[in-house]
Amino acid sequence: MSTTPLRVGVVALCAALLALVALPAFAQEAPDALVKRVSQEALDIIKTDARVKAGDKAHIRELIKAKIAPHFDMQRMTALAVGRAWRQATPEQKQRLSDEFESLLIRTYSNALDQYRDQQLDYKPLRVQPDSNEVTVRTEVVRPGQQPVSIDYSMEKTPAGWKAYDVIVGGVSLVTNYRDEFAQQVSQGGIDSLIKALAAKNAAPTQ
Amino acid sequence: MTLRHHCLRTLALLAVMLLVGGCAMGPTREDPFEPMNRVSYRIHTTIDTAVVKPVAQAYVELTPKPIRQAVTNFFGNIDDMFSFVNDVLQGKPDKAGHDLGRVITNTGFGLLGLIDIASDAGIPKGGEDFGQTFGVWGIDQGPYLFIPLFGPTTVRDGSGWLIRGYATPIAHINDAPTRDFLLGLNLLDLRASALQTESLVNQAALDPYTFIRRAYLQRRRYLVYDGQPPPEKEEEE
Repeated sequence: MSTTPLRVGVVALCAALLALVALPAFAQEAPDALVKRVSQEALDIIKTDARVKAGDKAHIRELIKAKIAPHFDMQRMTALAVGRAWRQATPEQKQRLSDEFESLLIRTYSNALDQYRDQQLDYKPLRVQPDSNEVTVRTEVVRPGQQPVSIDYSMEKTPAGWKAYDVIVGGVSLVTNYRDEFAQQVSQGGIDSLIKALAAKNAAPTQ
Repeated sequence: MTLRHHCLRTLALLAVMLLVGGCAMGPTREDPFEPMNRVSYRIHTTIDTAVVKPVAQAYVELTPKPIRQAVTNFFGNIDDMFSFVNDVLQGKPDKAGHDLGRVITNTGFGLLGLIDIASDAGIPKGGEDFGQTFGVWGIDQGPYLFIPLFGPTTVRDGSGWLIRGYATPIAHINDAPTRDFLLGLNLLDLRASALQTESLVNQAALDPYTFIRRAYLQRRRYLVYDGQPPPEKEEEE
């Protein structure tokens, strides 16, 4: 009984050491393994986290930002969504665009999280050359009595491990789907007007 | 301008567009009638918000899930019949076998399609329609259209739906009240299934009209190519 604090300390130390050992392993984690691990973690959180189950929107957003967003290359996603105008943006504008776009995606998918509660995910075998820097990881959501929905992740190899730069749900790219809207906004009022529109959208109350 | 005038102009535009076909060029090549479509979209959202959506929400809230599932299955069985026809028209014997098997199983042993036994048995749904068949045959999608209470479509896909509207067994039921009830229920089922997607679109989009158009066209392209669309021309970097 008297050893309890000590034992807790030892366990914590062991956990910290394990984490240190595990970190480089995660950096080299294969892209399909990464998708599987993160998806599984997300599904576990949806099923077990009390505040998520209670529908605490702010908490859900924090979790997505901490656990899922780091596995995405936001700069590249934003560049793809903005299209031609990205080249004319200043570094500061690029940063703001990518921050606002990230917020918008997080807000959108935190609201959609509910729909994934009872989903079963199938992971397709990865067909890729061993030294390739770009791959598509294919998964499928299986729904009883309906056609399965494919969810494909376009991924790139970076020094910090594999990162996704697009998610294609049932053939609809979440990134390029914004291209027309963004181009429209830029042609009407320039890049700053797009930043403003995104910020206004993010400031609006959800639902 | 009167409504009648407006309709005539719309008809004239449609005629011109059908004659010109896919020749229109420029940034709005896919949606040459955007101003007209946006008006349709506004009419659609107004009616939908006031009437259709509340009815669909009430249906979801008041009807037990197993009953709604049976309704979805029943109309899904009719979808499978049409999918079979289109599998054949597209020369896809494997899919045709699956869809025919589904229809026979679900109609014969699943209470006219109310129970989807075929899915439990692992027979996949083909999900083909006339619009996809026309696409497989190489027919251009033509201009994008937004039709009130129907939603996004194209000249090609809309033509497919017209064929289906005439051919569906429901339309040939002699008892008018039964027929109208089933047609209404079919629409209600479709609208109810779109409730979640709709809330996602409203959360995601800066301009829902543009967002829906892009998503619809991407989705249809993906379906025509059976999930393996060739890459679109890149505009990145």
